[in-house]
Amino acid sequence: MSPIQASSAVPVIDVRGVTRRFGSRTVLDGVTLLVERGELFGLLGPSGSGKTTLIKLMTGIDRADEGTVRMLGEPMPKLAMLQRFGYMAQSDALYGELTAKENLTFFGALYGLKGERMNKRMQAAMAIVDLEAHLNKAVSAYSGGMKRRLSLAIALLHEPELLVLDEPTVGIDPVLRQSIWRELGDMRKRGTTIVLTTHVMDEAEKCDRLGLIRDGKLTATGSPEEIKRQSGSASIEDAFIALGGGARA
Amino acid sequence: MRIRALALRIIRQFVRDKRTLALLFLAPLLILGLMKLVFNGNAIEPDIGLVQAPSAAVGERLEKAGAHVSAYPEAIAAEGALRDRELDAYLAFADGQPSVTLEGSDPSMNQSVLLLLQRVLSESAQAVQPRISYLHGSEDMASFDSFGPVLIGFFSFFFVFMLAGVSFLRERTGGTLERLLATPIRRSEIVLGYLLGFGLFTLLQAALIAWFSIDVLGLYMDGSIWYVLLMNLLLSLTALTLGTLLSSFASNEFQIIQFIPLVIVPQVFFSGLFNLDAMTPWLQYLSRIMPLYYGADAMRDIMIRGEGWSGISTDVYVLAGFSAVFALLNVIALKKHRAI
Repeated sequence: MSPIQASSAVPVIDVRGVTRRFGSRTVLDGVTLLVERGELFGLLGPSGSGKTTLIKLMTGIDRADEGTVRMLGEPMPKLAMLQRFGYMAQSDALYGELTAKENLTFFGALYGLKGERMNKRMQAAMAIVDLEAHLNKAVSAYSGGMKRRLSLAIALLHEPELLVLDEPTVGIDPVLRQSIWRELGDMRKRGTTIVLTTHVMDEAEKCDRLGLIRDGKLTATGSPEEIKRQSGSASIEDAFIALGGGARA
Repeated sequence: MRIRALALRIIRQFVRDKRTLALLFLAPLLILGLMKLVFNGNAIEPDIGLVQAPSAAVGERLEKAGAHVSAYPEAIAAEGALRDRELDAYLAFADGQPSVTLEGSDPSMNQSVLLLLQRVLSESAQAVQPRISYLHGSEDMASFDSFGPVLIGFFSFFFVFMLAGVSFLRERTGGTLERLLATPIRRSEIVLGYLLGFGLFTLLQAALIAWFSIDVLGLYMDGSIWYVLLMNLLLSLTALTLGTLLSSFASNEFQIIQFIPLVIVPQVFFSGLFNLDAMTPWLQYLSRIMPLYYGADAMRDIMIRGEGWSGISTDVYVLAGFSAVFALLNVIALKKHRAI
């Protein structure tokens, strides 16, 4: 592969044989995963299965004990790469005392946004999550769903090539959840690669491809249809139980 | 750029949090004001009983020296008054030999009574009175003037330690630190951003405390206000870096409070509020690892002894060193949260 073409030819996420241990506990065990540009990839698994740890290895927050993680062709962890990712953590990492605008300005500045471009991006990101009217409101006065949306807006702010979302719709009402999924679909059409974790099965159906993760092992990957066919199940939920060994549902 | 953004965010959060602002700026003034009232009271005037004084002159001289004198016909009556705490001491003359009985429960009262009696009795012996002059300070210097400089340093240290510790902890437990570390910010930039953001408030706090204690409370001040501010700023920076560093080892606000008896209180003992010369030598060495010791030493040198740069330079370097080491350890401690 020639380095000039790297960004288009190389997979966005290239995780090979990754193992991560915390003390004597193995949280990830030999995970190999490829995600291509423009894919909406869902990591599906029960809580405690290692989804968030895998996400942290991808975003360069954590380091693998074994194996390699390459993102957009670059070996991780690498500080400069963080500029190219948008990240939404499982908990809303917002400053309640500040207004939405001040939160956006702060995170935007960390990604090097300023001046006119900052304002433009702020308006655009807030329009996507439908929060334009609440730009100058203190975040502490936001509802749970609004905070989740603001977190998403912050992740989108610097127009990242890759969007990594850890449980983006947890604790969000169905109407809002639908609108967020619509937004994610639009972004994918514009060429953004999206990786998200979920343990909601009907959301998994909306992903291009899924990775089933269980006890630190990637038990299956493929489109929702493929996964259902592989396991001979009628729903993702059944497939998940069948492929995961079914010991614990 | 990122450092500035972080500092600006901290400043904005601070300005919104009125209670914390009040704690930082008004609490030290309140406590210093109270200290002044408590420790700067009028000179102690002991109540002394006289039993069978050989002449009326003794009583008059005692009165002149500032004691309240009452005469008793015999020792037993004076002893009763002592028991009832009407007297602090009584002076009896048996066969012309003076003897003193003290109430004795308050060492500082004992001392002032003995001092006063010695002065009066030696006068009668026609001793030569030495001329007294002061190298530093003056006759009018109260104990508040002596430990005021230490207190100024202490407040800079204490409040900043608490605030920095708690706000860094909140960043961690609230998940924003993890979010922050998912941006391309360097670990060192986080520490420097905190230093800059908090630095502004600590500088303001230091200036306010110094102005209040010198101009409003009339604390004895012989040196340069700029050196006072410099020392306060350095102490605050040390407290800031130490507070954020230790907050890595706390998992909630209550555990930050637990650092007070471990980190703050021992420093008070070694800061010079109590005479260090009276301590066991190995204990004195312990004071060498305490930032407040250096800060308090320099504050006294500046305010009471009027010393300039040459007198405080060692303290300045040591405190700057403490801050640098704590900040560096902080950068390393952040590795726990992000591999790079």
